[in-house]
Amino acid sequence: MASAREDILAVMRASLSRRDGDGAAAEASERLSRHAVNLVPERTRLPRAEQLALFVDMVEQAAATVTQVASDADVPGAVADYLAQHNLPSNVAMAPDARLSAIPWESQPLLSFRRGPAEEADEVGITGAFAGIAETGTLMMTSGEGRPTTLNFLPATHIVVLDEGGIVAIYEDAWSRLREASRVPDIDSGWQMPRTVNFVTGPSRTADIELVPALGAHGPKRLHVIIVAGRDGAR
Amino acid sequence: MKSTAHDFKENVVTAMAKPNLRRAMARLETTIGPQRIAARAALPEYDALCDQATDIKNHVLAHLDVYLERFEAKVVEAGGEVHWCRTPEEARQTVLRLCRSVEARTVTKGKSMIAEEVGLNEYLEANDIEPIETDLGEYIIQLAGQPPSHIIAPAVHMTREEISDLFFDKHRKYGRTKRLEEPSELVNEARELLRHRYLEADVGITGANFLIAETGSSVIVTNEGNGDLTQTLPQMHIVIASLEKIVPTLEDATTLLRVLARSATGQEFSVYTTFSTGPRRVGDSDGPGAYHVVLLDNGRSAMLGTEFQDMLRCIRCGACMNNCPVYASVGGHAYGWVYPGPMGAVLTPSLIGLEGTHHLPNASSFCGRCEAVCPMRIPLPKMMRHLREQAFEQALVPAAERACVRLWAYLAKRPALYHLATGLAARVLGAWGRRRGAFRRLPLASGWTAGRDLPAPQGRTFHSLWRARRARAAEKA
Repeated sequence: MASAREDILAVMRASLSRRDGDGAAAEASERLSRHAVNLVPERTRLPRAEQLALFVDMVEQAAATVTQVASDADVPGAVADYLAQHNLPSNVAMAPDARLSAIPWESQPLLSFRRGPAEEADEVGITGAFAGIAETGTLMMTSGEGRPTTLNFLPATHIVVLDEGGIVAIYEDAWSRLREASRVPDIDSGWQMPRTVNFVTGPSRTADIELVPALGAHGPKRLHVIIVAGRDGAR
Repeated sequence: MKSTAHDFKENVVTAMAKPNLRRAMARLETTIGPQRIAARAALPEYDALCDQATDIKNHVLAHLDVYLERFEAKVVEAGGEVHWCRTPEEARQTVLRLCRSVEARTVTKGKSMIAEEVGLNEYLEANDIEPIETDLGEYIIQLAGQPPSHIIAPAVHMTREEISDLFFDKHRKYGRTKRLEEPSELVNEARELLRHRYLEADVGITGANFLIAETGSSVIVTNEGNGDLTQTLPQMHIVIASLEKIVPTLEDATTLLRVLARSATGQEFSVYTTFSTGPRRVGDSDGPGAYHVVLLDNGRSAMLGTEFQDMLRCIRCGACMNNCPVYASVGGHAYGWVYPGPMGAVLTPSLIGLEGTHHLPNASSFCGRCEAVCPMRIPLPKMMRHLREQAFEQALVPAAERACVRLWAYLAKRPALYHLATGLAARVLGAWGRRRGAFRRLPLASGWTAGRDLPAPQGRTFHSLWRARRARAAEKA
């Protein structure tokens, strides 16, 4: 008996009247290697400064909050203010990421950090982001060394530190940057997707009870983005 | 899942008698309906994006064999495995085998219609593995012991009072003795109780909105984040998906994503869109240690090249059911299987056969709204018409009905005879019913007169009135 795989492919090829050498494989290869950008919404074609404004506007529309700061030195204060404002504990789980480690956290001695993936008891998590996508106010997180995925989901409050230079207009821009940043020389395509890429647009929500929107279904109840000016964020 | 689609007519009668259901379903029209229209209006390119999304899926379906092989190769390259399954039985067995390989006792699940299609929960339970639904809607209906009634809002048929009673009854064993009423309180209780289940689960099972051939990634789109906790915390992530979910590139997936949330919930973008590629990598501090894709065919490959191929473009946004007057009246359970509404009326007979499901394509007034709102331009009414024709040809329709349709067809092809017969019928019925103006009972029309009166004709047919009017107009001129 042929394997399920061979059976399914045989039925498919018969249904599609596939013949060897009909060019289907070549067409597919061409499309995959070209990965062309399709139609892009006009509203994203903006000068750089307005892109930032669109990003902030869309993040807020998605029920998240934004603080813009001038430099790394202002980040710890922004975090402390946010925690105090929302009556949140000052012990924080943080991604052991080189970018976050460059921030002078010692300027806020009342904040305490545990660096690593999320644990059940964590109430606040801080991560970086690979990119911010202005089109819909979407954050893009990638897994990897120093960037645990659980921090994006388990703590009830998620604070994201995003460099202004990481803000792009559209998802496609983020994909190009990711292809560039994830090069693996010894495979055919020359790059490999990280295990997990998360697009996050606002805090967790559900409308499963009577279609009434409620925040904080399983993921974070609060999402706060701190945008750091003047740094080229693409990693 | 076992089908009760053969009982569609009885299911409808039962459903129509439930006042709560009518109240719950009316909400779709007042909430999601306007939200979809607003999202569409906010993006001038929406229609052009739908056209492009349709082209992408058409291209995929014409090259499905090739893209599936590319997808598999990329999954393997990333350290995962693809399991091809012809039937629901093969898919269930594959999932069980994988769960047993890690001695799983509990399995958390993100929302998956394919898991419903293969009846995964019942099968795992029968084999001593506890499946825990984590999507709030799925969690609610699992507690209630019911199947989903909507493909994106599984518990849309329930009122908050029913859910409140359900939680009060089922959560007592966890020490929760307060009756909660507000949706936000109910959401929070489910959140708290499920938290621990994510952490102790051995395997996480999710569906997939898309599978990307370029990268070997599976994609899930959620608002709750349950699918992410489900796949990130356990040691094994199993993706269960049907094989037409393939798209070529990240850019193609992006185009489809621009259309999906807007059509489904009217959001600009869903909260969480997650691309998963293989198991955790060297250096990753979390994520599953193993990654498997269980790929289900269940008759789809045989739909290629047929008049029903277009149905495989469906991205499961639910817009067709949200805008269907029949679905809004009878709810999803009446359809008797996994997929309700217009897309279910076409897909269910295509997958499990017309015998026993031939009532479903009749669940339409052919108003055409489903086709008008479908972002993937699927000609649903046309397909329902094809299915009706097939049901007629396969003699699945009762003999009396077939005889009537034949008689009508015979007359309709002979206009003179048709006018004679309808003229005669109009005169006879008109004379017979003149006194009351309507019939309470009429032979051969009891299906109509059981629930309402049939107005009596006024004695002349439209054709004869029209001719008379034309004649008068000609005289005046």
